[in-house]
Amino acid sequence: MDNSTIVSINGLVKRFPIGGRQFTAINGINLTFSKGEFTGLVGPSGSGKTTLLNIIGSLDVPTEGKAMVLDQSIGALSHVNAAKLRNKHLGFIFQTYNLLPVYTVFENVEFPLLLLKMPTPQRRKAVLDALEAVGLQDKVDSRPAQLSGGESQRVAIARAMVKSPDIVLADEPTANLDAKNSHHILQTMVKLNEAFHTTFIFASHDEKVIGYLRRKITLNDGKVVSDEPVTRPVHKCTMASNAERESV
Amino acid sequence: MIAFKLAFRNLIGAGLRTWLNVFVLSMSYVIIIWQQGLLDGFNQQALRDMTDWEIGQGQYWHPQYDPYDPFTLEESHAPLPDVLLNAPADRAVAPILIVQGTLYPQGRMQAVILKGIEPDQTVLSLPTADLQTDISEIPILIGTRMAKSTNLARGDVVTIRWRDTNGMFDAAEAKVVGLMKTNVPTVDQGQIWLPLARLQTMMQMPRKATLIVTGQGTEGVPPLPNWVFKDRAFLSKDLTDMIQMKKVSGAITYAILLSLALLAIFDTQVLAIFRRRREIGTLIALGMTRNAVIRLFTLEGAMHGVLASLAAAAYGIPLLSLQAMRGLAMPEAANSFGMAMGARMFPVYSVGLVTGTTAIVLIAVTVVSFLPARHIARLNPTDAIKGKLS
Repeated sequence: MDNSTIVSINGLVKRFPIGGRQFTAINGINLTFSKGEFTGLVGPSGSGKTTLLNIIGSLDVPTEGKAMVLDQSIGALSHVNAAKLRNKHLGFIFQTYNLLPVYTVFENVEFPLLLLKMPTPQRRKAVLDALEAVGLQDKVDSRPAQLSGGESQRVAIARAMVKSPDIVLADEPTANLDAKNSHHILQTMVKLNEAFHTTFIFASHDEKVIGYLRRKITLNDGKVVSDEPVTRPVHKCTMASNAERESV
Repeated sequence: MIAFKLAFRNLIGAGLRTWLNVFVLSMSYVIIIWQQGLLDGFNQQALRDMTDWEIGQGQYWHPQYDPYDPFTLEESHAPLPDVLLNAPADRAVAPILIVQGTLYPQGRMQAVILKGIEPDQTVLSLPTADLQTDISEIPILIGTRMAKSTNLARGDVVTIRWRDTNGMFDAAEAKVVGLMKTNVPTVDQGQIWLPLARLQTMMQMPRKATLIVTGQGTEGVPPLPNWVFKDRAFLSKDLTDMIQMKKVSGAITYAILLSLALLAIFDTQVLAIFRRRREIGTLIALGMTRNAVIRLFTLEGAMHGVLASLAAAAYGIPLLSLQAMRGLAMPEAANSFGMAMGARMFPVYSVGLVTGTTAIVLIAVTVVSFLPARHIARLNPTDAIKGKLS
């Protein structure tokens, strides 16, 4: 694994017991991801995208093979060390936002920093900076139920980014959003990727997402079908202006 | 500290659900303390009244005397020990002679216990000074219960009959010179108090007594040979046994009340873990360990107990203090319960009762919060994130 490689996957196999039989979700995948990548795992439902993302995110473990994330073998991690890895180095963005419903926007974004035991003044500044980066500084006291889908996903992005993680894992981040919001979200992520060199790994079959990728890995039946750089992005990766945010 | 902060946020954020549980738990909490306080108050009051009116600091009994066997009364008299007879007049003992007799109120016949006591005794709260009167009839003192059952009033004259030590029946007129209101029915119902010397003469039992009640300051009295000392614990055993029995029934109510409240907490926890699967998965994804999530949920449940304690203190302290001051009026029928019960019962809320109840409630709430939370350990985070059961 060279210096810029932060995820290395070798001969990865993942099987699940389903109805007394073993279903192979991932079947011998070899991949590497470097720092600052903006990569998508694409493919039809059941192709193994989310499973691969979960293993990289240390939420699941390989059945066979090896997944090294930031020099740590996922299969060998204890619950506590896996939690530490997620807490310090990984950010998650989910299709259904998964915001904590009783917390305000500020508290939702603050949560990972509380786990990191960051001192209050720094924590507050980091949260406000993250919310500013996603254009939600005016929603700090709102509850998730008061937000639109696009706003909720931007809060989720802020929550994933607030601790400056090495890798952000986004599982179908635009599946519940309309086109306008999807572009806005993706532009925000591109901006953050460029600004902080955070590695983004998506699992998506949304064409809009694919249009923003710089590397596209296509999976089918748990295998890598293709792994190719995207040379001509459909959308120019620009920062969303305040006017655009307001229009959203 | 973070877990406390998060648990508190979650709890407050849950809104009405939290407050309903807190209210139910606080109600149980207040009722448990009130009920136990009432029993403790009753216990203390009854023991105090019995000490003041009947048992003193203990009693010397004639070896034959058995209050539950009237046949022993004939043989259970003995001369008072010289050490008492020669003691100073203010000695803190009260000899009592107990014999059987018959009362004829308004032509009816009623078996009674005649109790002779020195009119100048100061050991018991009985108003025996009323017996210091110079009348031709036998002066008698009765309690209000006795007065009610015999339809006698102060100044009434009534015939009493007795059988003296030689087996001869005799009768005389007696005059009610005093009526006493006491919480202790065992010195009232079916009993007639008269001067000891008069009863000794009537019975032809000079200097004899059945028992000797001791009061404060009897430490200097040497042990009396041929008399059996019965301490306060022995003499109040009936009462303490009854209180123990009441405590058992109180404990059952206690357990039912607490169970109801705990069931609400348990139910909330089970429901919360089912409904908040996605949240649990998210917490794990954000970097919490499963044990930390279990702790968080347990703490959330346990904090119901803390909030309930605060809520109970907010309305319980004024409410219970008011009742401790004013007391609880007992119904008239309570007089016939055969126990030393005042017209008002004053609950006593000791520090031990409050802290003990608080500790039990908090521990119980924590345990019932933990039991469902354990299942989080078996939850698959990847399923939980999607809100799926695993």
